[in-house]
Amino acid sequence: MLRIRMVEEKIVELYPEQQMRCPVHLSIGQEGVAAGVCEALDTKDTVMSGHRAHAHYLAKGGNLKKMIAEIYGRETGCCLGRGGSMHLIDLDANFKGSTPIVGGTIPVAVGLAWAAHMKKEKQVSVIFLGEGTTEEGVWHESVTFAVLHKLRVLFVCENNLYSVYTPLNERQPDRPRTGIAKAHGLYVDHGDGNKALEVYEKTQNAVTHIRSGKGPAFIEFDTYRWREHCGPNFDNALGYRSEEEFLAWQKKDPVAQLEKQALKSGSLTQKTIVSIRSQIEQEVTDAFTFAKKSPYPKKGALNPKFSYAS
Amino acid sequence: MPRKRIINGAQAIREALDQSLAKDPRVFVVGEGVPDPKGVFGTSIGLREKYGKNRVWDMPVAENGMTGACIGAAISGMRPVLVHQRLDFALLSLDQIINNAAKWFYMFGGQQSVPLVIRMVIGHGWGQGAQHSQNLQALFAHIPGLKVVMPSQPQDAKGLLIAAIADPNPVIYLEHRWIHSAQGNVSKKYFTTEIGKAAITKRGSDVTIVSSSYMALEALRAAQLLAKINVDAEVVDLRTISPLDTPAITRSVKKTGHLLVVDSGWTNGGIAGEIIARVVEKHMDVLKKPPARIALPDMPAPSSPGLTKFYYPNIEMIMRKACNIIGKDPVVVAKVLAEDTSLSATPHDVPNSSYMGPF
Repeated sequence: MLRIRMVEEKIVELYPEQQMRCPVHLSIGQEGVAAGVCEALDTKDTVMSGHRAHAHYLAKGGNLKKMIAEIYGRETGCCLGRGGSMHLIDLDANFKGSTPIVGGTIPVAVGLAWAAHMKKEKQVSVIFLGEGTTEEGVWHESVTFAVLHKLRVLFVCENNLYSVYTPLNERQPDRPRTGIAKAHGLYVDHGDGNKALEVYEKTQNAVTHIRSGKGPAFIEFDTYRWREHCGPNFDNALGYRSEEEFLAWQKKDPVAQLEKQALKSGSLTQKTIVSIRSQIEQEVTDAFTFAKKSPYPKKGALNPKFSYAS
Repeated sequence: MPRKRIINGAQAIREALDQSLAKDPRVFVVGEGVPDPKGVFGTSIGLREKYGKNRVWDMPVAENGMTGACIGAAISGMRPVLVHQRLDFALLSLDQIINNAAKWFYMFGGQQSVPLVIRMVIGHGWGQGAQHSQNLQALFAHIPGLKVVMPSQPQDAKGLLIAAIADPNPVIYLEHRWIHSAQGNVSKKYFTTEIGKAAITKRGSDVTIVSSSYMALEALRAAQLLAKINVDAEVVDLRTISPLDTPAITRSVKKTGHLLVVDSGWTNGGIAGEIIARVVEKHMDVLKKPPARIALPDMPAPSSPGLTKFYYPNIEMIMRKACNIIGKDPVVVAKVLAEDTSLSATPHDVPNSSYMGPF
């Protein structure tokens, strides 16, 4: 979780250099969900995500250097520089892809579980989605099929209250999404996304349910995007949300909360934390150096034949 | 030459599915009504009984979601065949087709391809109307990453479907409703028709008629009738819309010096215009006359037989246009058509047995 935070803070620091020439949707503030969920998964379990995917990719074990190189548009990136921040993939880590069309990867993740069902494989397919995605028809379509055939899918809904700048109450009536999920026949839970351990436990329970073959599950976690929808800055000054609201959520910082808990329980000491921070610092520096030194894809890579597999 | 075995297009498609399911355990078929008693115009009858529920699936009425699920299955190593009883319903899944299926291979750095076949049936005649009859080959051909095939004769309907299933890319298989009843000699064995290769269904030296799908059957019949008035037309059946077999078209036009394109889609932004552009751009010098096209008027399909009679291109239009291009007085066309009673024996809004094979 701290690693995700530090990677993205580095993006914030270096974005003004204008060498990362693609949109970035930062997960700062939302790391608790990614970390807690992925901690409860096996390596074989798969993860897919949407536009705000850095945290999910890293939490599942996606290669850091390849992600940063991708954001820098270099040929060493995880998509050879064809994807950018919004298209991450690391098949070795079973992170199967993220795309920015709202809800676009939901049915694909259901398809992964469908194929597993046909092949009699047991892994769980996890799909991260925002609360806005539950407004898309494709979510309901995908859930219907997943429940019908008891596919091994975990739908993780991160409710950060806003779709770009549009608040929840402009988009949805005042009723819980978990109620809709329940009506669809899903196993349902709801938790505090700022409490990584709670996220972990609730995910474990859901995954146990899914692995037992009882059907897919839906968990909604409350969370908050600290920075602007797209880009490295803060945007509270725009007026679509209040500074007070932002500060209240910032106080619940998932990284600080876990750190405090770990110190209190004695599982970490201040000294270990300092040492972990410095290790991550080095890893992050290396990744950015690697990306910046990597070449851009050559002109020859712009050939229509690369649109097709042979 | 092995003995002839005449079956129709629907049977050929069913046979392609049957043999692909038998040959490759990764193949499965899914679509609304696929396992039902009518089996999508007979093209999937008995397949569930033969291969079981895990290979032959029905589905929720959820076109976009199920297309995405097929993409997920495809990148997991399966070979889905998704079936839509009408192309028009598949329009609900354009997000998954265009944003995901077509781009997955490229945008993720060529790591995973999407071996997915989407069969879309195109309605025609009998009052199908505006939303049961759209020929959207140009729309799909516009999207890089998709292949688009559109067979006319049963042998190609089978060979192209098997080839599409074996292809590592997403293939849109456009299946005109009226090619289901076309008869033809179809090889019994498992075989593929190469995607991207046109066929010359009639040799000729006066005018090249390029066409596809059901219109290729009308073009062929028109060419046979043109022969009676000493017009020797060559018919190029595209079979694949994307990638277009430009070399085959060019070779024929170089021989005849005249080009007529007959398309089942709309005129504006259509495949006919694309073909003419390709020829004119590079081979203007071989054209003896300006090329011409016959396509649908740029308006939705009506339902009334009183209107469809004029809406859809027909043999007479093809013959007249061909005569016009080569400078022959089309007045003789009417005479030939009047002599051929087989044409007028069938109403215009059902398939005409006089040009439905056997091929």
